[in-house]
Amino acid sequence: MGDKGIQIMGLRKRYGSGNTAVEALKKVDMHVAPGEVVGLIGPSGSGKTTLLKCLGAVIEPTAGKMILGDDVIYDDGWKVKDLRVLRRDRIGFVFQAPYLIPFLDVTDNVALLPMLAGVPNAEARKRARELFKALDVEHRAKVMPSQLSGGEQQRVAIARGLVNRPPVILADEPTAPLDSERAVAVIRILNDVAKKFETAIIVVTHDGIIIPAFRRIYHIRDGVTYEEAGEGREFA
Amino acid sequence: MISLAGRDILHAWGKFVFTGMGLGLLIGITLSMAGIYRGMVDDAKVLLDNSGADLWVVQKDTLGPYAEPSSIYDDIWRGIRGIPGVDQAANITYLTMQVSKKGGDVRVLVAGMTPGGPGIPGWPPYLVAGRQITRSHYEAVADITSGLKLGECIKLRRNHYTIVGLTRRMVSSNGDPMIFIPLKDAQEEQFLKDNDAIWAQRRRTAENPAFNRPGVPGLLGAIIASQSTNPYVNAILVRVKKGYDPEQVAESIRRWKRLTVYTRSQMEEIVVGKLIATAAKQIFMFLVILSLVSSAIVAFIIYTLTLGKIREIAVLKLIGTKNRTIVGLIMQQSIALGVIGFVVGKIAATLLMAPIFPKYVLLEPLDSVIGFIAVVVICILSSIVAIHAALKVDPAEAIGG
Ligand SMILES: Nc1ncnc2c1ncn2[C@@H]1O[C@H](COP(=O)(O)OP(=O)(O)OP(=O)(O)O)[C@@H](O)[C@H]1O
Ligand SMILES: [Mg+2]
Repeated sequence: MGDKGIQIMGLRKRYGSGNTAVEALKKVDMHVAPGEVVGLIGPSGSGKTTLLKCLGAVIEPTAGKMILGDDVIYDDGWKVKDLRVLRRDRIGFVFQAPYLIPFLDVTDNVALLPMLAGVPNAEARKRARELFKALDVEHRAKVMPSQLSGGEQQRVAIARGLVNRPPVILADEPTAPLDSERAVAVIRILNDVAKKFETAIIVVTHDGIIIPAFRRIYHIRDGVTYEEAGEGREFA
Repeated sequence: MISLAGRDILHAWGKFVFTGMGLGLLIGITLSMAGIYRGMVDDAKVLLDNSGADLWVVQKDTLGPYAEPSSIYDDIWRGIRGIPGVDQAANITYLTMQVSKKGGDVRVLVAGMTPGGPGIPGWPPYLVAGRQITRSHYEAVADITSGLKLGECIKLRRNHYTIVGLTRRMVSSNGDPMIFIPLKDAQEEQFLKDNDAIWAQRRRTAENPAFNRPGVPGLLGAIIASQSTNPYVNAILVRVKKGYDPEQVAESIRRWKRLTVYTRSQMEEIVVGKLIATAAKQIFMFLVILSLVSSAIVAFIIYTLTLGKIREIAVLKLIGTKNRTIVGLIMQQSIALGVIGFVVGKIAATLLMAPIFPKYVLLEPLDSVIGFIAVVVICILSSIVAIHAALKVDPAEAIGG
């Protein structure tokens, strides 16, 4: 284990204050190495989404430490100045619903991210098309999102999460809208991506079908994480 | 970088075009309103311009002859002509009346002008058809918007007049077309009663012992004769000689003749500032109301469109879009809506409303420019509510539950 990837130490998150306060994360310890896909599994209300939001720098934890790559991003307080740029350049998001921008075609939905970072349009689109090849949506590159099937939309959303080559990808139930075959295929893609681009990927899931596809799994219960021994977990 | 606003508009162009057209009709009405106001001011100025006068001499302490009744003796002009600096002085009468013609009647301003031909103040400066009045009775020149034709015969009070010439843009400050007739006729029209009334008046005079004194032969006849002539006109139009200051000439007329005299700029102040002031205020109120309605519509539409995009905005924020870009997205759409509306409105005002409106609608290019700027400003302001809503969106919403 190097000091790259994602490291979370003693992360806590409390919503609200006083007697309505909810202790959503009590003690989260995780480590995801570059090139690794780990599953995060837990019952409803256990704090999975809260954890992803903290990691994704859209809500502020209450205490603890988060390290992305070589940089401490949170240590009882944010250590990066611009969270927006952090999200844009270093974190890829894949959601349960694809949430594609309906007024942009498939290519520009993905190319938008590098464009936002200042990459010229042509170059940004080229990066998007390269990913489409890997994700097998090449032939749909020019259509509008509304003309895609659910699975295709989800793969485009994954391409969007990957296009800026973020060192970290956070996926919240990415396989929920997919049938089991496609769900497994998506995890396979994430595994490939992780290996190819040295990305650390966390996948939140409920989906029993894909659980065996993870080499390492964290369980979370009442805001506390437990690592499951990865014996015999070899990606099919 | 691509234009998010542009893509969204292209994606939902139907919504934009139809909303823009609805907004456009409102903007068209707003522009027409401004045009109506400009038309009223222009009508008033044209009335002053076309009278060919530099000074208006009217009854003392009145705002005559357009904004208040004014009446002065018809021989005062001789004395005025002798004042240094006066080039020409001519009597004029104005009488608003309803004239019947084929296919309904029309409201006109009848001007009685001093004989002498064009060049005398009060005469229509140009004709579009026919000729000027050459006889001293029963001929008339009419503005073309009256709908009267050359050779047509009209009845004003007791007398019949033949239209011998047509002119254009000769209108009253209300925009009513003018009809020009000889001064003597006009004085008669203002004064002359029907036969029954004349008969009754004579009888009453004869019954009055003060007028009908035994032993003073001829008194009754003289009184009746004086009762049946009208030695009054409404104003004297004065043209000032080149090289003289109108205000100085006006001052000497005021001093020597003890009459009220207005210069061109004072007259304009009266006609525009007093005569059409109420109408102008009404139009201004309409302008304000229409602007408010338009901005409410823009605000509502843009707000609705933005609410429909909350999820996309959350995603955009999550993936690191600057707030500035999101503000731009909304504001550009709002402005685009305004531009569509303005184009539609301008076309509607020019092609639909101005030609059919019963009043003169003067669409000034400058008003259009001001209108355009106002539309853009209103659209920017109207998008503030939507922008506020968009900026409040939490990027965490994109991650969901
Ligand atoms: N914004 C919030 N304010 C207050 N409490 C919250 C908020 N968001 C989540 N919670 C609470 O924090 C706890 C963890 O919620 P979280 O959404 O992380 O659960 P989850 O594991 O994602 O559940 P699910 O599987 O149903 O999506 C829950 O008890 C929830 O009620
Ligand atoms: Mg959740």
